[in-house]
Amino acid sequence: MKAEKTGKQQRSLWQEAWRRFKKNKSAMIGLAFFAALIVIAIATLVIDFATGNEFYQNYVINQDLTSRLKGPSMEHIFGQDEFGRDMLLRMIWAVRYSLFMGSMSIIISLIVGGILGAVSGYYGKAVDGVIMRCMDILLAIPSMLLATAIVAALGTSLVNVLIAIAISYVPTFARTVRASVLTVKDQEFIDAARAIGCHDGEIIFKYIIPNAMAPIIVQATVGLAGAILSIAGLSFLGLGIQPPTPEWGAMLSNARTYIRDAWHVTVIPGLGIMLTILALNLMGDGLRDALDPRLKD
Amino acid sequence: MSEFLLEVKDLSIIYATEDGVVQALTHANVTLRQGETLGLVGETGAGKTTLARGIMRLIPDPPGKIVSGQILFDGTDLLRLPAKEMRKYRGRQISMIFQDPMTSLNPVMTVGDQIREVIMTHHPEMSRQDTKKHAENMMEMVGITSTRYGDYPHQFSGGMKQRVVIAIALAGEPRLLIADEPTTALDVTIQAQVLEMIHALKRKSNTAMLLITHDLGVVAQNCDSVAIIYAGEIVEYGTLRQVYKNVLHPYTEGLFGSVPSLEANAQRLAAIEGMMPDPTALPKGCKFVDRCKYATDRCRTESPRLLEMEDGHKARCFRYEDREVKRHG
Repeated sequence: MKAEKTGKQQRSLWQEAWRRFKKNKSAMIGLAFFAALIVIAIATLVIDFATGNEFYQNYVINQDLTSRLKGPSMEHIFGQDEFGRDMLLRMIWAVRYSLFMGSMSIIISLIVGGILGAVSGYYGKAVDGVIMRCMDILLAIPSMLLATAIVAALGTSLVNVLIAIAISYVPTFARTVRASVLTVKDQEFIDAARAIGCHDGEIIFKYIIPNAMAPIIVQATVGLAGAILSIAGLSFLGLGIQPPTPEWGAMLSNARTYIRDAWHVTVIPGLGIMLTILALNLMGDGLRDALDPRLKD
Repeated sequence: MSEFLLEVKDLSIIYATEDGVVQALTHANVTLRQGETLGLVGETGAGKTTLARGIMRLIPDPPGKIVSGQILFDGTDLLRLPAKEMRKYRGRQISMIFQDPMTSLNPVMTVGDQIREVIMTHHPEMSRQDTKKHAENMMEMVGITSTRYGDYPHQFSGGMKQRVVIAIALAGEPRLLIADEPTTALDVTIQAQVLEMIHALKRKSNTAMLLITHDLGVVAQNCDSVAIIYAGEIVEYGTLRQVYKNVLHPYTEGLFGSVPSLEANAQRLAAIEGMMPDPTALPKGCKFVDRCKYATDRCRTESPRLLEMEDGHKARCFRYEDREVKRHG
């Protein structure tokens, strides 16, 4: 998704990557699934805006206790949950939380981690030592545990979940960016840039970062999958999005109790999470292959 | 204010590596007048590029360090300038053509924008259209149609890339151009074109040039004076005529001996025997002693000074001590 966006300004290089990406069937399936999710998420936002949340209240939140845990039928394709709400609609409305919160937290950690990694790789020495040791400390704590701790400390809210996940992904991005900056930094065109009088900021943003983009994009795609999983995980533990707001992890968590009576209430959100992660990982794989210069044909 | 545009005085540069200290450049003195071209000749690892980078203050630090000396550019000591002031000199007053055009261009930026970058950096007052116009003019000047402004470096051939690099180097209208083996990575026909172009552009704007090369033919065609550098020391220094007509130092002699001649019918070229000494463990006396056919015991223990002959021609060899001009003080 990001590759195409940058592709507008830097036609040829990105066009070539896109051509290679298109050849990869599984990556295209991943991209199609992911694109469908984006469309769904935007559609739910539009519906909510157009109906003033009326549709959301009536069909996604409103309970119908007479038809609890009813299995899939013609009327309700995915069945009904423990409060008699339509599973399909709840699944659909849940997409936007996973997607937007996942991307938001990845964007935040990409910016923060990217700047830290770029500075640390570019200046090296003491700056590098201090920044990377701090990142090592963060990395030493399992990211899920770190996110749980942060949410527990700050209190459960959408923003806090976002911050928690963003913080737990900062070190991975810092490391990726630092590694690619280190490889680009020693090339002659960086010296050439210095020889025409560019200052450090220009060199980092105009010369180093654009050349170090490929691994960062791959990392961001794979990281997005991880972030979505973390959001689901936190909600599952009751630390993320609170009921009655639909969210895959929370739906899974609530349905756990009924797993013996109604399979669909657990299987469907579980499948939703799984397929989304799979799609993103396929996309990440495809991007890695497409952006790897060694595979240029 | 001063007679010379560039005056390098007593410049010494070392690289402190884990295997020991490398004396990359020892007490180098070089002067250059406005519009003049100085050829810097020496074999790989002799310290040519170190001198060039030293003038630009682009020595990678660590491991590199400038231990002593002055670099006077129009009377200002570049080594004393704060980093911010130094940036104003780079590209605007002094610019550099790098050795390998394949790697000295940013692969993700269009060539036009890379030329424009220099102009924008040094003329922040110019409007976007003006800088673009100027960059297009630069492209035309080096013989690339400005319709290729939006092309990327990988769409150019090596010779074309070097033209772009030259356009970048000249876009700031520098007073001193440092060309670090500008033609080494190119094939011979392109070499001639590129050198001719550099020469023409340089003459048009009366730019001084420091041309680094190991090709004596290139020097003969382009330079006014020559400095021969060996193991970090300038061993012979004089005008083109002096050095080419009256070779003094045994190393220079060896260099000329290794160039094929049109007149002589030699079966084999005379190579200089041996290798350059290990830069972390230079010999105590003359650095060239192990390869020199005139070497005496004195050469092994004592290091010769750079002796100046009557006509200003300099050489670092004991054999010319009797011909040295005596100066008082």
